[in-house]
Amino acid sequence: MKNKISVTVNGKQYEGEVEGRELLVNYLREHLSLTGTHIGCDTSSCGACTIHMNGHAVKSCTVLAAQADGASITTVEGLATNGELHPIQEGFKEEHGLQCGFCTPGMMMTAVDLLKDNSDPSEHEIRDALEGNFCRCTGYHNIVKSIQHAAKKMNGVTA
Amino acid sequence: MTNYIGKSIKRVEDKRFITGQGKYTDDIKLPNMVHAYILRSPYAHANVKGIDTAEALKVPGVVTILTGADIPEAIAGVPCGWQVDFKNGDTMKEPPHPLLVRGTVRHVGDGVAMVVAETKAIAKDASDLIDVDYEVLDAVADPKKAAAPGAPLVHPDCPSNICFDWELGNPKDEVAAALAGAHHVTELDFVNQRVVPNAMETRGVVALYDTAYDKYTIYTSTQNPHLIRLLMCAFVLGIPEHKVRVVGPDVGGGFGSKIFHYAEEALLVWASKHIGRPIKWSSDRSEAFMTDAHGRDHNSNAKMGFDKDGKIVALQATTFANLGAYLSTFAPAVPTYLHGTLMQGLYTTPKVNVDVTAVFTHTNAVDAYRGAGRPEATYLLERLIDLAALEMDMDPAELRLKNFIPAFDGVEQEGYQTQVALQYDSGNYEPVLKRALEMIGYENFRSEQAAAASSNKILGIGFSTYIEACGIAPSAVVGSLGARAGLFESAQVRVQPTGKVSVFTGSHSHGQGHETTFAQIVADKLGIDLGDVEIIHGDSDSVAFGMGTYGSRSLAVGGSAIVKSIEKVLEKGAKVAAHLLEASADDLNYEGGKWTVKGTDKSVSFGDVSLTAYVPHNYPEGLEPGLDFSSFYDPANFTYPFGAHVAIVEIDKETGAVKLKRFIAVDDVGNVINPMIVDGQIHGGLAQGIGQALHEGALYDDTGQLINGSYMDYCMPRADDFPSFEIDRTVTPCPHNPLGVKGAGEAGCIGSTPAVVNAVVDALWKAGFKVKDIPMPMTPERVWTAMQG
Repeated sequence: MKNKISVTVNGKQYEGEVEGRELLVNYLREHLSLTGTHIGCDTSSCGACTIHMNGHAVKSCTVLAAQADGASITTVEGLATNGELHPIQEGFKEEHGLQCGFCTPGMMMTAVDLLKDNSDPSEHEIRDALEGNFCRCTGYHNIVKSIQHAAKKMNGVTA
Repeated sequence: MTNYIGKSIKRVEDKRFITGQGKYTDDIKLPNMVHAYILRSPYAHANVKGIDTAEALKVPGVVTILTGADIPEAIAGVPCGWQVDFKNGDTMKEPPHPLLVRGTVRHVGDGVAMVVAETKAIAKDASDLIDVDYEVLDAVADPKKAAAPGAPLVHPDCPSNICFDWELGNPKDEVAAALAGAHHVTELDFVNQRVVPNAMETRGVVALYDTAYDKYTIYTSTQNPHLIRLLMCAFVLGIPEHKVRVVGPDVGGGFGSKIFHYAEEALLVWASKHIGRPIKWSSDRSEAFMTDAHGRDHNSNAKMGFDKDGKIVALQATTFANLGAYLSTFAPAVPTYLHGTLMQGLYTTPKVNVDVTAVFTHTNAVDAYRGAGRPEATYLLERLIDLAALEMDMDPAELRLKNFIPAFDGVEQEGYQTQVALQYDSGNYEPVLKRALEMIGYENFRSEQAAAASSNKILGIGFSTYIEACGIAPSAVVGSLGARAGLFESAQVRVQPTGKVSVFTGSHSHGQGHETTFAQIVADKLGIDLGDVEIIHGDSDSVAFGMGTYGSRSLAVGGSAIVKSIEKVLEKGAKVAAHLLEASADDLNYEGGKWTVKGTDKSVSFGDVSLTAYVPHNYPEGLEPGLDFSSFYDPANFTYPFGAHVAIVEIDKETGAVKLKRFIAVDDVGNVINPMIVDGQIHGGLAQGIGQALHEGALYDDTGQLINGSYMDYCMPRADDFPSFEIDRTVTPCPHNPLGVKGAGEAGCIGSTPAVVNAVVDALWKAGFKVKDIPMPMTPERVWTAMQG
């Protein structure tokens, strides 16, 4: 059975039909061609598919597309505004917070959510907040620094 | 701006990744594309008595279902790229590895049927309706058990499941005599457990057959596009190579597991023509656990003998290496030439013998995983020497310093000839350990440790001083050791008419940052802006040839090939410049992007020379137009990075939980082009090596069932498992390549594992528990059990 849904993704309104079992991550990737959101596992463990739904970070493999009806979604493609990188994107670039780039979108979406709740997290708090996101390249070292970089920028601290 | 080499230039590739515009294989959608799902064996060993696809074929949207019987006989199985011979000279056993099984499944995950449908979900649903009649047989997963009499056979024509046996170094009796005469012998049985590479992007393939050009295109998440094309075309499908384009697009990590030619690649290429539509297969994570080649899985006994002053007199290492059910591309090389050859370590050990038995089991294939053989060798050596220090009541750092090979630069002093075939290029080992000791504050630590010994939170320190052989490597050498391919690298430097430069490299980046590091070299050597250089890789139709990226070889081998091409560009450019300046080429200097007549201010820019080369109106007689050079670089030797890693752990005596408090790494990877990227490579390697020590391990039960094949069960290291790493480096240039670089990709993973285990053992000894070994991963339960005596 198909379900009609209406979602706002990165500020744009979409109407669509999805199967009841269809995951939000599939909807984003297959229907909307927003392939920046990645699938890294099948157990909701890795966090590569993390997006924002109504302002909160969620794993889009754990949400049915039908559940997103009426929701406002932000994906990695919607982080930059008018071509200007979000501080978290800048942080990842400046601090070499990515290597292969596959986990990066999910990492950044989780980090933005953390910084919304805690504008000046300690290293321990950052590591704690990343418990649902795997990275196999960086050893997390520079991801922590990237998030600290973004926090400083967002708090108006100049390097 | 020029002068890029040695600077932490921010990566040029980052923009597409941080904005969600990376293009990984699963992101590729082709018109009219169908989707494949592979039904895999749930049993480790079984005869397939029948496959009934009738119900599955009725599912709307199913296009076809293919089994081993549908694949033409002319299509061969997956080949192996490295041959190792038995001690008696017989060729290794090389049983067939069909693309889909024919008659017998040999490991959990062996491909039984491929369902092709309009969507992956339909294909997956339909696969549930396939009725496979399995006759389940006994299986064996442990390499030592597999080699024992009466073990179930993985392949009927491979007695005792032994693929080959192999030996290297001094004669065994000489080593035995030296051990018999030793003042002290430290002996240990080790398991270097099986680990799963777990690149965050699972493998995927998209294949397309174009009838208009009679040409195939395959996008595959590989570290190695050209080698895949060679193996697949020449040894599996029998398709002419020029009729296949292999693209390794953005690849989400590899760590070795994407070096190899996998069955799905050939299967999809064949199916794309057979079905007449583009076809995609994307591995689920659970499939990745069952089918991406695993790493390590050694079962060893080793003895290290010392004289009364603590000098090592001999080493005997005996290893059973698990190869899994089928030979993966480089599998035979890993426990032999990438393992046995490293058994000298950093030490002057005069007698070394390594004995390896490589065994088939009913498990997924084992092949190169970050470090490939070198971590296993380092683990064995560094565990032994640390344990010996405890047993002899000596300081582990002192004991190492006593045994280090003296410094040699490979220029004034010759390279160091080991007892196990290799000749180290250059090395200066004391400074890395001494720097690490400084960073620790070693003496203070020992007092802190003593003070904590009677508390509930005990402290331990573990060392590991490693060497690795990378920059793999000289074709003639690897050929004599059994490689069935060359291991050079190619590079084409194409100067465009306006002086912008396109560089085509056979190396492949899947996180290493080639687009930045290689551009730094080109921009520096040509004296042009970094933004005027583009690095192109991963496409067999645009890059002449390549051997791909693994064995920390990209910069040492691929970078050197680029330098060779740049030299050719500058040599020809000088001829054009000389003509324009009406001077002799010998009188010109090239600096800052222009040729200048020595001692004058007459000059011509790189851009003007480039334009002249493509608009050759006023041009040297007899000189070909254009400014575009290819080179193939085959190195003279491997490169030998080294380093000292130190772990400091705290153990909760009540729970056995190990907390990694500090990790110090001082590495020497030769000259460094981009320190930021090198540091990043070290960090990632450390996390994987530490992950093996504390968290990871693939578990097969006695029936060959993979019992932790998902992220719910396999412990992937997380951010809060690590402290921030404390790293530094020394620089001992490689004497035999033009950049003086050695390679940094694997160092972290090679050195770190034994340091962590040594730290836990040290903590236990100093608190009165004289435990020789804790099997990895050192879970709280294992550590707690060790403390109960």
